[in-house]
Amino acid sequence: MNCIIIDDDATARLIISQLCEKSEWINVLAEFSSAINAIKYLNSNTVDLVYLDIHMPTFSGFDFIQTLKNPPKIILTTSDKNLALEAFEYKSVIDYLVKPISKERFNKSLEKLKIFSIEEENASLESKKLSDYIYVNVDKRLVKINIPSIYLIEAKGDYINIKTNIKNYLVHSTLKKIEDKLPSNMFFRVHRSFVINFSEIVDIEDNTVLVKQDIVPISRSLKSELIRKLNRL
Amino acid sequence: MMEKPNLSFIIEIAGDDEAFQNSILEIIKTEFREEVNLFKTNFSLKKYKEAAHNVHKIKHKIGLLGLEKALIKASEFEKALKIGNTTLHHSFLEILNKIHVFLYP
Repeated sequence: MNCIIIDDDATARLIISQLCEKSEWINVLAEFSSAINAIKYLNSNTVDLVYLDIHMPTFSGFDFIQTLKNPPKIILTTSDKNLALEAFEYKSVIDYLVKPISKERFNKSLEKLKIFSIEEENASLESKKLSDYIYVNVDKRLVKINIPSIYLIEAKGDYINIKTNIKNYLVHSTLKKIEDKLPSNMFFRVHRSFVINFSEIVDIEDNTVLVKQDIVPISRSLKSELIRKLNRL
Repeated sequence: MMEKPNLSFIIEIAGDDEAFQNSILEIIKTEFREEVNLFKTNFSLKKYKEAAHNVHKIKHKIGLLGLEKALIKASEFEKALKIGNTTLHHSFLEILNKIHVFLYP
Protein backbone atom coordinates (compact mmCIF):
# COMPACT_ATOMS: atom_id res chain seq x y z
CA MET A 1 0.00 0.00 0.00
CA ASN A 2 1.45 3.37 -1.04
CA CYS A 3 1.25 6.32 1.31
CA ILE A 4 2.42 9.87 1.86
CA ILE A 5 3.06 11.63 5.16
CA ILE A 6 1.98 15.21 5.78
CA ASP A 7 3.22 16.86 8.95
CA ASP A 8 5.00 20.13 9.65
CA ASP A 9 6.86 18.37 12.48
CA ALA A 10 10.00 16.68 11.10
CA THR A 11 10.25 14.39 14.14
CA ALA A 12 6.72 13.10 13.51
CA ARG A 13 7.47 12.49 9.84
CA LEU A 14 10.62 10.56 10.70
CA ILE A 15 8.85 8.39 13.28
CA ILE A 16 5.88 7.59 11.03
CA SER A 17 8.12 6.74 8.09
CA GLN A 18 10.21 4.45 10.33
CA LEU A 19 7.09 2.69 11.61
CA CYS A 20 5.84 2.29 8.02
CA GLU A 21 9.17 0.88 6.92
CA LYS A 22 9.09 -1.70 9.71
CA SER A 23 5.56 -2.75 8.78
CA GLU A 24 6.82 -4.06 5.40
CA TRP A 25 3.32 -3.38 4.10
CA ILE A 26 3.26 0.38 3.79
CA ASN A 27 5.47 2.04 1.23
CA VAL A 28 6.15 5.74 1.84
CA LEU A 29 6.22 7.53 -1.51
CA ALA A 30 6.80 11.06 -0.23
CA GLU A 31 6.78 13.31 2.84
CA PHE A 32 5.49 16.86 3.04
CA SER A 33 5.78 19.57 5.66
CA SER A 34 2.83 21.42 4.15
CA ALA A 35 -0.57 20.20 2.99
CA ILE A 36 -0.51 22.54 0.01
CA ASN A 37 2.59 20.85 -1.44
CA ALA A 38 0.92 17.49 -0.87
CA ILE A 39 -2.13 18.62 -2.86
CA LYS A 40 0.14 19.58 -5.75
CA TYR A 41 1.70 16.10 -5.55
CA LEU A 42 -1.69 14.40 -5.51
CA ASN A 43 -2.75 16.28 -8.64
CA SER A 44 -0.40 14.06 -10.61
CA ASN A 45 0.09 11.02 -8.35
CA THR A 46 -2.20 8.44 -6.81
CA VAL A 47 -1.77 7.13 -3.28
CA ASP A 48 -3.76 4.65 -1.18
CA LEU A 49 -3.19 6.26 2.17
CA VAL A 50 -2.25 9.57 3.79
CA TYR A 51 -0.85 10.02 7.29
CA LEU A 52 -2.11 13.50 7.97
CA ASP A 53 -1.38 15.94 10.78
CA ILE A 54 -4.34 18.12 11.75
CA HIS A 55 -2.57 21.15 13.24
CA MET A 56 -0.53 22.81 10.57
CA PRO A 57 -0.08 26.53 10.03
CA THR A 58 -2.22 28.25 7.35
CA PHE A 59 -3.70 25.01 5.93
CA SER A 60 -4.91 22.39 8.41
CA GLY A 61 -5.42 18.67 7.92
CA PHE A 62 -9.18 19.20 7.80
CA ASP A 63 -8.74 21.87 5.10
CA PHE A 64 -6.71 19.32 3.18
CA ILE A 65 -9.46 16.66 3.33
CA GLN A 66 -12.11 19.17 2.26
CA THR A 67 -10.02 20.24 -0.72
CA LEU A 68 -9.76 16.78 -2.26
CA LYS A 69 -12.66 15.56 -4.41
CA ASN A 70 -11.87 11.89 -3.84
CA PRO A 71 -9.55 11.69 -0.86
CA PRO A 72 -7.65 8.44 -0.33
CA LYS A 73 -7.80 6.62 3.00
CA ILE A 74 -6.61 8.94 5.75
CA ILE A 75 -5.07 8.27 9.13
CA LEU A 76 -4.99 11.43 11.20
CA THR A 77 -2.04 12.08 13.48
CA THR A 78 -2.28 14.77 16.12
CA SER A 79 -1.27 15.77 19.62
CA ASP A 80 -4.85 16.82 20.27
CA LYS A 81 -7.15 14.20 21.76
CA ASN A 82 -10.23 16.36 21.41
CA LEU A 83 -10.78 16.29 17.66
CA ALA A 84 -11.68 12.63 17.22
CA LEU A 85 -15.42 13.27 16.89
CA GLU A 86 -14.93 15.88 14.21
CA ALA A 87 -12.32 13.69 12.51
CA PHE A 88 -14.63 10.74 12.01
CA GLU A 89 -17.20 12.93 10.31
CA TYR A 90 -14.99 12.57 7.24
CA LYS A 91 -15.69 9.29 5.44
CA SER A 92 -12.11 8.89 4.32
CA VAL A 93 -10.74 8.99 7.88
CA ILE A 94 -10.16 5.46 9.09
CA ASP A 95 -8.10 6.08 12.21
CA TYR A 96 -6.96 8.79 14.61
CA LEU A 97 -3.53 8.47 16.18
CA VAL A 98 -2.54 10.64 19.13
CA LYS A 99 1.11 11.70 19.21
CA PRO A 100 3.49 10.48 20.34
CA ILE A 101 2.44 7.38 18.43
CA SER A 102 3.48 4.16 20.13
CA LYS A 103 4.55 1.16 18.10
CA GLU A 104 1.68 -0.86 19.56
CA ARG A 105 -0.94 1.72 18.58
CA PHE A 106 0.56 2.10 15.13
CA ASN A 107 0.37 -1.67 14.57
CA LYS A 108 -3.24 -1.73 15.76
CA SER A 109 -3.95 0.94 13.22
CA LEU A 110 -2.36 -1.22 10.52
CA GLU A 111 -4.64 -4.10 11.47
CA LYS A 112 -7.61 -1.79 11.19
CA LEU A 113 -6.35 -0.62 7.81
CA LYS A 114 -6.01 -4.21 6.59
CA ILE A 115 -9.57 -5.07 7.65
CA PHE A 116 -10.85 -1.87 6.06
CA SER A 117 -9.06 -2.65 2.79
CA ILE A 118 -10.40 -6.23 2.70
CA GLU A 119 -13.95 -4.99 3.35
CA GLU A 120 -13.56 -2.36 0.65
CA GLU A 121 -12.34 -4.97 -1.83
CA ASN A 122 -15.22 -7.31 -0.98
CA ALA A 123 -17.73 -4.48 -1.40
CA SER A 124 -16.28 -3.62 -4.78
CA LEU A 125 -16.41 -7.30 -5.87
CA GLU A 126 -19.98 -7.52 -4.63
CA SER A 127 -21.06 -4.44 -6.54
CA LYS A 128 -19.29 -5.76 -9.64
CA LYS A 129 -21.17 -9.03 -9.27
CA LEU A 130 -24.47 -7.14 -8.99
CA SER A 131 -23.66 -5.05 -12.04
CA ASP A 132 -23.15 -8.23 -14.08
CA TYR A 133 -26.92 -8.76 -14.00
CA ILE A 134 -30.03 -7.00 -15.17
CA TYR A 135 -33.55 -7.68 -13.94
CA VAL A 136 -36.37 -7.53 -16.50
CA ASN A 137 -40.15 -7.89 -16.28
CA VAL A 138 -41.38 -11.01 -18.06
CA ASP A 139 -45.03 -12.05 -17.59
CA LYS A 140 -45.27 -10.19 -14.24
CA ARG A 141 -42.08 -11.84 -13.02
CA LEU A 142 -38.74 -10.13 -12.43
CA VAL A 143 -36.22 -12.28 -14.21
CA LYS A 144 -32.48 -12.03 -13.64
CA ILE A 145 -30.37 -12.06 -16.81
CA ASN A 146 -26.62 -12.38 -16.89
CA ILE A 147 -25.52 -9.38 -18.99
CA PRO A 148 -22.54 -11.00 -20.76
CA SER A 149 -24.86 -13.83 -21.90
CA ILE A 150 -26.96 -11.34 -23.94
CA TYR A 151 -25.80 -11.34 -27.53
CA LEU A 152 -28.57 -9.45 -29.29
CA ILE A 153 -31.51 -7.19 -28.46
CA GLU A 154 -34.11 -6.44 -31.07
CA ALA A 155 -36.89 -3.83 -30.91
CA LYS A 156 -40.32 -5.23 -31.76
CA GLY A 157 -42.99 -2.54 -31.50
CA ASP A 158 -43.57 -1.81 -27.80
CA TYR A 159 -41.37 -4.77 -26.86
CA ILE A 160 -37.76 -5.78 -27.04
CA ASN A 161 -36.55 -9.30 -27.66
CA ILE A 162 -33.51 -10.05 -25.51
CA LYS A 163 -31.58 -12.99 -26.92
CA THR A 164 -29.19 -14.80 -24.60
CA ASN A 165 -27.11 -17.95 -24.91
CA ILE A 166 -29.77 -19.82 -22.95
CA LYS A 167 -33.13 -18.38 -24.06
CA ASN A 168 -34.95 -15.35 -25.42
CA TYR A 169 -37.02 -12.90 -23.35
CA LEU A 170 -39.79 -10.69 -24.73
CA VAL A 171 -39.92 -7.61 -22.51
CA HIS A 172 -42.21 -4.58 -22.58
CA SER A 173 -39.58 -1.85 -22.87
CA THR A 174 -37.61 0.21 -25.35
CA LEU A 175 -34.18 -0.32 -26.84
CA LYS A 176 -33.08 3.05 -25.43
CA LYS A 177 -33.98 2.07 -21.86
CA ILE A 178 -32.07 -1.20 -21.89
CA GLU A 179 -29.16 0.34 -23.79
CA ASP A 180 -28.72 2.85 -20.94
CA LYS A 181 -28.45 -0.02 -18.45
CA LEU A 182 -25.83 -1.97 -20.38
CA PRO A 183 -22.06 -1.38 -20.34
CA SER A 184 -21.13 0.68 -23.38
CA ASN A 185 -17.84 -1.16 -23.79
CA MET A 186 -19.78 -4.41 -24.33
CA PHE A 187 -22.83 -3.37 -26.32
CA PHE A 188 -23.38 -1.25 -29.40
CA ARG A 189 -26.48 -0.11 -31.26
CA VAL A 190 -25.85 -1.01 -34.90
CA HIS A 191 -29.32 -0.09 -36.14
CA ARG A 192 -32.35 1.73 -34.73
CA SER A 193 -33.85 -1.69 -33.98
CA PHE A 194 -30.78 -3.67 -32.89
CA VAL A 195 -28.21 -3.63 -30.09
CA ILE A 196 -25.47 -6.24 -30.29
CA ASN A 197 -22.83 -7.63 -27.96
CA PHE A 198 -19.39 -6.90 -29.46
CA SER A 199 -17.84 -10.11 -28.24
CA GLU A 200 -20.38 -12.19 -30.15
CA ILE A 201 -19.69 -10.71 -33.60
CA VAL A 202 -18.73 -13.46 -36.04
CA ASP A 203 -18.21 -11.32 -39.13
CA ILE A 204 -19.24 -8.13 -40.89
CA GLU A 205 -20.18 -8.09 -44.52
CA ASP A 206 -21.45 -5.05 -46.42
CA ASN A 207 -24.23 -3.64 -44.27
CA THR A 208 -24.85 -6.66 -42.11
CA VAL A 209 -23.20 -8.20 -39.10
CA LEU A 210 -23.39 -11.83 -38.12
CA VAL A 211 -23.94 -12.13 -34.37
CA LYS A 212 -23.89 -15.78 -33.42
CA GLN A 213 -26.36 -17.23 -35.94
CA ASP A 214 -28.35 -14.00 -36.42
CA ILE A 215 -27.80 -11.68 -39.38
CA VAL A 216 -28.32 -8.10 -38.21
CA PRO A 217 -28.53 -4.99 -40.41
CA ILE A 218 -26.09 -2.13 -39.75
CA SER A 219 -27.14 1.47 -40.32
CA ARG A 220 -24.86 3.11 -42.85
CA SER A 221 -24.21 5.99 -40.45
CA LEU A 222 -23.17 3.61 -37.62
CA LYS A 223 -20.99 1.23 -39.59
CA SER A 224 -17.80 3.28 -39.44
CA GLU A 225 -18.17 3.72 -35.67
CA LEU A 226 -18.67 -0.01 -35.24
CA ILE A 227 -15.58 -0.79 -37.33
CA ARG A 228 -13.59 1.76 -35.30
CA LYS A 229 -14.55 0.05 -32.04
CA LEU A 230 -13.36 -3.36 -33.19
CA ASN A 231 -9.94 -4.68 -32.37
CA ARG A 232 -8.65 -4.80 -35.95
CA LEU A 233 -5.38 -5.98 -37.37
CA MET B 1 8.79 12.27 42.67
CA MET B 2 9.27 14.55 39.66
CA GLU B 3 9.27 12.71 36.35
CA LYS B 4 12.41 12.93 34.26
CA PRO B 5 12.87 13.00 30.49
CA ASN B 6 13.87 9.60 29.15
CA LEU B 7 14.42 7.79 25.87
CA SER B 8 12.25 4.73 26.48
CA PHE B 9 9.61 5.79 23.97
CA ILE B 10 12.19 6.51 21.29
CA ILE B 11 13.99 3.23 21.99
CA GLU B 12 10.68 1.39 21.65
CA ILE B 13 10.11 2.86 18.20
CA ALA B 14 13.69 2.58 16.98
CA GLY B 15 14.34 -0.87 18.41
CA ASP B 16 18.00 -1.87 18.07
CA ASP B 17 18.58 0.71 15.39
CA GLU B 18 20.96 3.03 17.21
CA ALA B 19 21.51 5.24 14.17
CA PHE B 20 17.78 5.81 13.95
CA GLN B 21 17.58 6.62 17.67
CA ASN B 22 20.27 9.21 17.15
CA SER B 23 18.59 10.72 14.11
CA ILE B 24 15.31 11.13 16.03
CA LEU B 25 17.20 12.78 18.88
CA GLU B 26 19.04 15.11 16.53
CA ILE B 27 15.79 16.25 14.92
CA ILE B 28 14.17 16.72 18.33
CA LYS B 29 17.13 18.83 19.44
CA THR B 30 16.91 21.04 16.36
CA GLU B 31 13.15 21.42 16.33
CA PHE B 32 12.81 21.86 20.09
CA ARG B 33 15.16 24.84 20.15
CA GLU B 34 13.34 26.48 17.22
CA GLU B 35 9.89 25.82 18.66
CA VAL B 36 10.81 27.13 22.10
CA ASN B 37 12.30 30.31 20.62
CA LEU B 38 9.16 30.85 18.58
CA PHE B 39 6.99 30.25 21.63
CA LYS B 40 8.98 32.73 23.74
CA THR B 41 8.80 35.38 21.03
CA ASN B 42 5.06 34.98 20.50
CA PHE B 43 4.38 34.88 24.23
CA SER B 44 6.38 38.03 24.90
CA LEU B 45 4.48 39.78 22.10
CA LYS B 46 1.22 38.56 23.69
CA LYS B 47 0.37 36.65 20.53
CA TYR B 48 -1.24 33.93 22.60
CA LYS B 49 -2.97 32.05 19.80
CA GLU B 50 0.32 31.67 17.94
CA ALA B 51 2.01 30.77 21.22
CA ALA B 52 -0.66 28.10 21.79
CA HIS B 53 0.20 26.63 18.38
CA ASN B 54 3.87 26.54 19.42
CA VAL B 55 2.93 24.76 22.65
CA HIS B 56 0.98 22.26 20.57
CA LYS B 57 4.11 21.43 18.56
CA ILE B 58 6.29 21.23 21.67
CA LYS B 59 3.80 18.81 23.24
CA HIS B 60 4.87 16.12 20.79
CA LYS B 61 8.44 16.33 22.04
CA ILE B 62 7.30 16.32 25.66
CA GLY B 63 5.41 13.09 24.95
CA LEU B 64 8.32 11.55 23.05
CA LEU B 65 10.58 12.16 26.04
CA GLY B 66 8.21 10.22 28.29
CA LEU B 67 6.95 13.19 30.34
CA GLU B 68 3.34 12.12 30.78
CA LYS B 69 2.36 14.53 33.57
CA ALA B 70 4.10 17.39 31.81
CA LEU B 71 2.17 16.54 28.67
CA ILE B 72 -1.12 16.95 30.53
CA LYS B 73 0.08 20.26 31.97
CA ALA B 74 1.16 21.48 28.51
CA SER B 75 -2.24 20.54 27.06
CA GLU B 76 -3.93 22.59 29.79
CA PHE B 77 -1.62 25.51 29.08
CA GLU B 78 -2.30 25.30 25.33
CA LYS B 79 -6.05 25.37 25.97
CA ALA B 80 -5.76 28.26 28.42
CA LEU B 81 -3.52 30.27 26.10
CA LYS B 82 -6.12 30.11 23.36
CA ILE B 83 -8.38 32.21 25.57
CA GLY B 84 -5.55 34.45 26.74
CA ASN B 85 -5.06 32.80 30.15
CA THR B 86 -1.36 32.72 31.05
CA THR B 87 -1.46 31.37 34.59
CA LEU B 88 0.33 28.13 33.68
CA HIS B 89 3.21 29.93 31.98
CA HIS B 90 5.65 29.39 34.82
CA SER B 91 4.92 25.65 35.07
CA PHE B 92 5.37 25.32 31.32
CA LEU B 93 8.74 27.09 31.46
CA GLU B 94 9.85 24.60 34.12
CA ILE B 95 9.00 21.75 31.77
CA LEU B 96 10.95 23.43 28.97
CA ASN B 97 13.96 23.89 31.24
CA LYS B 98 13.89 20.27 32.29
CA ILE B 99 13.92 19.15 28.65
CA HIS B 100 16.59 21.71 27.78
CA VAL B 101 18.93 20.30 30.45
CA PHE B 102 18.30 16.77 29.17
CA LEU B 103 18.80 17.54 25.48
CA TYR B 104 21.76 19.91 25.72
CA PRO B 105 23.78 18.77 28.76
